[in-house]
Amino acid sequence: MEKKKREEDTGGTSNKSAPKVKQRQRKKKSKESKTRTVHANTLYDSAKGEENPNRHYANNKIKTTKYTLLSFLPKNLFEQFHRFANVYFVFIALLNFVPVVNAFQPELALAPVVFILSVTAIKDLWEDYRRHRSDKEINHMDCLVYSRTERRYVEIYWKEVRVGDFIRLRCNEILPADVLLLSSSDPDRLCHIETATLDGETNLKQRQVVRSFYDLDCDFDPLKYNSVIECEKPNNDLSRFRGYIIHRNGRRDALYKDNLLLRGCTIRNTEEAVGIVIYAGHETKAMLNNNGPRYKRSKLERQMNVDVFWCVIILLVMCLFAAVGHGLWMFQYGDKRPVFDVLSPEGADLSPIMSAIYLFLTMIIVFQVLIPISLFVSIEIVKICQVYFIHNDLELYDEETDSHLQCRALNITEDLGQMQYIFSDKTGTLTENKMVFRRCTVAGVEYSHDANARRLAMYQEVDSEEEECMSHGGTLPRRDSVTSHQSARVVLRSQSTKSHRRTGSRAEAKRASILSKHTAFSSPMEKNITPDPQLLDKVNECSSQMDFMRFHSQSMSTLPSDLCDIIDFFIALTICNTVVVSSPNQPRQKVRMRFELKSPVKTIEDFIKRFTPSRLTSAESPDEAALVYAARAYKCSLVGRLPDQVTVELPHLGKLSFELLHTLGFDSTRKRMSVVVRHPLTDQITVYTKGADSVIMDLIRPSSHDASGKRQKKILYRTQNYLNQYAADGLRTLCIAKKVLSKEEYACWLQRHLQAETAIQGREELLFESALRLETNLHLLGATGIEDRLQDGVPETIASLRRAGLQIWVLTGDKQETAVNIAYACKLLDPEEELLTLNADSQEACALLLDESLHYIQAKFLCSSSDQAPKAYLSNMADSDLYSSLLVHRLGLVIDGRTLAYALDRTLEDKFLAVARSCRSVLCCRSTPLQKSMVVKLVRNKLKVMTLAIGDGANDVSMIQVADVGVGISGQEGMQAVMASDFALPRFSYLQKLLLVHGHWCYSRLANMILYFFYKNAMFVALIFWYQFYCGFSGSAMIDQWYLIFFNLMFSAFPQLITGTLDKNVSAETLQRLPQLYKNGQNSEEYKPYMFWMNMIDAFYQSLVCFFIPYFAYSDSEVDLFTWGTPITTIALFTILLHLGIETKTWTWMNWSSICFSIALFFTVALCYNASCPTCYSPSNPYWTIQRLLQDPQFYFLCVITPCSALLPRYFYRACQGTLFPSVVQVGRQLDKLPSETRQNILSLSGVAAGSQLSPQPQFLSTNKSLPKDGVGKNTVAQLYQKEDAGRDKETCKDVYSLVNTEGDTLPYTKDLPGGQLNISTQSSGGLVRSAEESHVLPNIDCVELPPEHGPSCVRYKRSPEEALQNRTEHKIHVAL
Amino acid sequence: MITAMMASSYNAKEEDGHHSGAAGHGGAGADKSRKPDNTAFKQQRLPAWQPILTAGTVLPAFFVIGLIFIPIGIGLYVTSNNIKEFEIDYTGVDSKSECYACARNFSWNSTTPCTCSMNFTLEQPFESNVFMYYGLSNFYQNHRRYVKSRDDSQLNGDPTALKDPSKECEPYRTSEGLPIAPCGAIANSLFNDTLELHYVDSNGTKVEIPLVKKGIAWWTDKHVKFRNPNGNTNLTVAFQGTSKPVNWGKPVYELDPLDPENNGFINEDFIVWMRTAALPTFRKLYRIIQKKSSTTPTLPSGRYILSITYNYPVLSFDGRKRMILSTISWMGGKNPFLGIAYITVGSICFFLGVVLLIIHHKYDNRNTSADIPN
Repeated sequence: MEKKKREEDTGGTSNKSAPKVKQRQRKKKSKESKTRTVHANTLYDSAKGEENPNRHYANNKIKTTKYTLLSFLPKNLFEQFHRFANVYFVFIALLNFVPVVNAFQPELALAPVVFILSVTAIKDLWEDYRRHRSDKEINHMDCLVYSRTERRYVEIYWKEVRVGDFIRLRCNEILPADVLLLSSSDPDRLCHIETATLDGETNLKQRQVVRSFYDLDCDFDPLKYNSVIECEKPNNDLSRFRGYIIHRNGRRDALYKDNLLLRGCTIRNTEEAVGIVIYAGHETKAMLNNNGPRYKRSKLERQMNVDVFWCVIILLVMCLFAAVGHGLWMFQYGDKRPVFDVLSPEGADLSPIMSAIYLFLTMIIVFQVLIPISLFVSIEIVKICQVYFIHNDLELYDEETDSHLQCRALNITEDLGQMQYIFSDKTGTLTENKMVFRRCTVAGVEYSHDANARRLAMYQEVDSEEEECMSHGGTLPRRDSVTSHQSARVVLRSQSTKSHRRTGSRAEAKRASILSKHTAFSSPMEKNITPDPQLLDKVNECSSQMDFMRFHSQSMSTLPSDLCDIIDFFIALTICNTVVVSSPNQPRQKVRMRFELKSPVKTIEDFIKRFTPSRLTSAESPDEAALVYAARAYKCSLVGRLPDQVTVELPHLGKLSFELLHTLGFDSTRKRMSVVVRHPLTDQITVYTKGADSVIMDLIRPSSHDASGKRQKKILYRTQNYLNQYAADGLRTLCIAKKVLSKEEYACWLQRHLQAETAIQGREELLFESALRLETNLHLLGATGIEDRLQDGVPETIASLRRAGLQIWVLTGDKQETAVNIAYACKLLDPEEELLTLNADSQEACALLLDESLHYIQAKFLCSSSDQAPKAYLSNMADSDLYSSLLVHRLGLVIDGRTLAYALDRTLEDKFLAVARSCRSVLCCRSTPLQKSMVVKLVRNKLKVMTLAIGDGANDVSMIQVADVGVGISGQEGMQAVMASDFALPRFSYLQKLLLVHGHWCYSRLANMILYFFYKNAMFVALIFWYQFYCGFSGSAMIDQWYLIFFNLMFSAFPQLITGTLDKNVSAETLQRLPQLYKNGQNSEEYKPYMFWMNMIDAFYQSLVCFFIPYFAYSDSEVDLFTWGTPITTIALFTILLHLGIETKTWTWMNWSSICFSIALFFTVALCYNASCPTCYSPSNPYWTIQRLLQDPQFYFLCVITPCSALLPRYFYRACQGTLFPSVVQVGRQLDKLPSETRQNILSLSGVAAGSQLSPQPQFLSTNKSLPKDGVGKNTVAQLYQKEDAGRDKETCKDVYSLVNTEGDTLPYTKDLPGGQLNISTQSSGGLVRSAEESHVLPNIDCVELPPEHGPSCVRYKRSPEEALQNRTEHKIHVAL
Repeated sequence: MITAMMASSYNAKEEDGHHSGAAGHGGAGADKSRKPDNTAFKQQRLPAWQPILTAGTVLPAFFVIGLIFIPIGIGLYVTSNNIKEFEIDYTGVDSKSECYACARNFSWNSTTPCTCSMNFTLEQPFESNVFMYYGLSNFYQNHRRYVKSRDDSQLNGDPTALKDPSKECEPYRTSEGLPIAPCGAIANSLFNDTLELHYVDSNGTKVEIPLVKKGIAWWTDKHVKFRNPNGNTNLTVAFQGTSKPVNWGKPVYELDPLDPENNGFINEDFIVWMRTAALPTFRKLYRIIQKKSSTTPTLPSGRYILSITYNYPVLSFDGRKRMILSTISWMGGKNPFLGIAYITVGSICFFLGVVLLIIHHKYDNRNTSADIPN
């Protein structure tokens, strides 16, 4: 009370006692640092700004720029020097200014580092300038602010808005700051806003006027306002706002997030609103949420840094060697100083030791190129180009939502090619998150909605039908990149024509979704629900009875309880949600206009008429919307929602208005939401609750001992049965319950609830407790089953990702049954797999379960290691090589959230991981967001694997952030996941191309480029190193310093960038059809540590050749230093370019031209440089050198022979490797070279084989790397299959042989095949016949024998098809302690 | 009034903004959906040549290289073998050597010239022009500080650089307070032996062979890079106020007492010396013996006497001095290395080609047939 008084004091009377106020303010500041107090600016004279208590708060001017004109240089340099490499290069450059050690002209040595720094600086400057321009634009937008002097609203710029100003907002205006809503033209004192810019959700949200200004009849007059607002400090939590407003009369009113309009949102549907600015400028929630782009370091880069470190070591060794050599060289002359050993500039006679020390520093300068200065810049450039190409991929573009893939993190593209584990959310990621009402049970009676099911089935048929005719028309399936564009066009056209004649087609669904973009409702499929006739009858009967009763003013309680339940059920469906209804003729419609313009107006208009019901509904979650639409099908429709009232239209009864007393929103802990309403018919206070069955069922308390109680129990039992059944069908289940409160109960509850509402500290907890108090002793009404359809192509994507060697784990918050069913539907679990289900109630039970599972797995699958005692096996748990020794079995693991919590305990996590790791698929149900991220973290840290997390909702954010690569699905549930992600995809199935193609390419490109960089620099530097042996280790370089410095930066820079950006080692099609090729990146096969050293050795060899051939060719001749050095430079350039040529797999005109350009650039620069100045460029002074060289035939002879002999070993090695032991990727490349028809056949064969259900292939065999190579000279294509698919595909391989056979030469292929089965070798027709036959053949040959050298003990895997079908066993262990 | 205006302007603006905004959106929606362009470049479908390196595909390259390199190598080898070259070491390390005495008691500062002469015999006559070189071994003209120790502007005749040579010349920048011209260690260590060649004809008379000292330096050096201060008028005046390099016996403008055009910085011997050699064993062109007529050889076979004015000490750093007579071909001087290298590399390529052929035949036949496009 006292506090209140004081605040009133400061608010109202501060004009009179300014100093006192100041004092108090200061006091208050120290005391109450957690709140912010906002007064109205109208109370203060603007001229005396210092009196205004708001003056300390940030103004609305935003400045997102990093630099000012003055601070740019120092600040930018400071930031750039955070990168260690830059510091190193500057250090080297500065070292050059020391006369004793300098190697180059100091100014010249600065050039590369200045160049690199300035390129980065210019990039930063440009970005900053763009930010500055957009800031300026935003700062100069207009808004209406109340002026005290003019006593009206005047137009001022956004940047002039201050905290405490009154702002008048009009429809479609964007909010300039965070504003507390004080008045609205809306009769219900509401204001609708669209928050698309904040969270991407386009549905309208209601905000309401602060309660105390609610009843204001006349217009809001700012001059009469003299309350004080106390609220929390600026923070970035968009979904929270707490505070209270204190009025003159001492009344306190709580403020909620519903009262706050956030900066950046758009006012919709409301003509005018007035509010007071609470947070401005950088303190607004929107700005506080603006985080910069994320920085992650990719695996490849980490690996690279190790090798950079090695380069430093090599550099130091070389320098040390040269220094010692110089010392010895000096020493041998003793005191007799030879004429060519010049004294130091100071004239001092250096001792050998001193000059060795100086030389060491000089050599660091000379050899600095070994640490590739341009590597970092080049990598950045290449990554930007890669991102550009990924962005532009047509196949990653979703026509329906007009969205394409976004790379939000620019520097981890290559990580996409190295993923090993995928963690996926289920809802919205694997499924569409478009909820379709399927069936329900009310009062223990099931209504199966068969007609509805049939209708849904029809949609699917239509879909597939259409796809079929599309593929007939467009000739090729849409994966084919060449024709994809054309076929896409065809699709569009056919759809737009079709949409006229057929309703409910997919085309319209598409249109509709384009129309409404992100809103939950898109297709008529979800809106049109065919009611169950039985239920419909009952509803009608019930409502007519009620109507009758109302008419006769009878008590409602005489209604039969099941009918009563039914009507309550639908009322609950209709009102227990947060769905907002808006009529179409309101301003919101304007927003939609821009979508209409996209397509022919006529069709779209009648389309809207047909498919937009009279009211547009926008819901926050698709579940709610599905339920509202379901209710509408039974004529119970939501007409309007206001903060305190919901209007529902019921059959016979007409519009009924429920007084909405409270809404207890959904949260993930309670897993339910409730509304408290006053029922207009019964005038009872009723609580409707809707939530997950697990929580609701526990809250149901049937009144005991009487008939209704018994009935209730029966209903409960039946409903539970139906719920299980729904879950088994893969439906999402929700329970609906109600509770009638007596007036006293309500009053009692209300009192404490209001206390909770107005509390400023810990309000959330209080509200939570309050909700818990309310939601007890519920009466069960019924349950619903909602279907969440799988996204297109999910099973195929999962199958191919799995063939690519990726482990896929699904982490979902859904129920176990639902999750398992979805997992079966998307082929994550195979019906033939065994399922380990872990459900434990305690830590001990969990431990026991895990042990048991481990034993089981071991007993069942690890027969080869049977000599190992299981005990030892367990004791070795911590060993990391244990993990690697485990194979992946045909097992599925299902674990629920509670068990997961135990399993993630420190003591059990190793065991859990060991179990999970050996299962082919893992399914974590009922997991919380935190658990999701813990699982990802656990796998990532313990197994040291690359992890990818993909999800679409806010509950996936933490997992997305923890994983190495986070992928967000820009789907139905807002943008939080996308905001947190590194890559945002429109659909799950795009993951396939993103990983298998782009990931693979990015990885192999970058890996090759980095290796090449190391090679290139080492090779170039080694040339100078060899020369030290012939110049007394004096640090002299025969290569002109200009060439030395610009060689990397200019002459050899472009071709590698082109190759690094464009090289494709295997075509996109082959990569997608042969996902096995992805293992290349997983195993880091393009860049292994030994490759760095091989490259270094090759570099040293090549430099030896490039040095000694000119050396001997010019030995004992009159050649001068730089006339000899220039050919070496030229030769080195040629060698380096040709080396790149050998490593380049795809030669486009860009490659050719870049190489030509490099050579031309070198000669042009050399010619100009050598002709430009006869006296400059000391000490080399290369005047006319290259010109004379070009007249010298010896120069040309050198330029031919040296690169040839330097590259001979590598070229020869590559050729032998390509023939004798080709990598899988090379085989893939060979496949590319085959004539398209043959390739199609082979690929389709492999596709059928892998995709077919008839292939119970033992996965653990296929991933077994230790499979011995069966002889070197096998047909490589066949070898690929043998490697990948082990024995299972032997038949396929034979067919490959035979296919190739018919295409090319004759017999030699068959020579190393086992006899028989070759009867089809003469068949030359396409793969369709082939694959058809294939599927007949396969089931019969399901016998795998590993070659004997694999292990002495048994690995024999034999299974007949009959067995296989029976084999759907579930190994379930339930332990409850 | 003002309010009304403001309001109206505001409305107009708002409408405008709205309009343009909507139009912009609409336009963007109508023809600029975010759909990526379907171009070969953006979809990474540029037509490309995709070579696959296997034994079969690279095999022809090896044979072709082999077949081209071997004949070239033979040609180069023959060319180099046709060059006649004669070399004589006159350092005087050996006590039996005529120059032993000179070599022993010589130092940079001695004033009296020491002369010695050596006899040698040419077995074969040298046709065409003969180039006479002096060769030095173990002389690190490529030492980093040595290479830098010069002032190119001074050598180009820049009068300011003449008086104030570059710091790079230290410690040979000034001497006794006067700037050194030419400054620096390279100039200071100028090779200053004088070589003369006499032919002893059949009746024992010594015939001096005329040695041409013009045209031994690069044309660009003589005419562009090196210039005397103040043109060529009176070098003594031009070099006034400068000091001669410490090791020199005479100032730069008296380098060639016979030919005033060959004095100062444009003295060709000096220019040749200033072009620092790449390797510690090198030769520098000293004189040219012009072919007299087409009938008689330039240097007929027989006995010759090489008279040396021994001024240049090399023994202190274990150096050697040689005199080389050589004819040249279009490939330059005698050096069989390049020919041998070509033959060797060519043979290796050929050999590897055979190896690849074997590999190809044994293991690779499927691939090639797969490569044949149908």
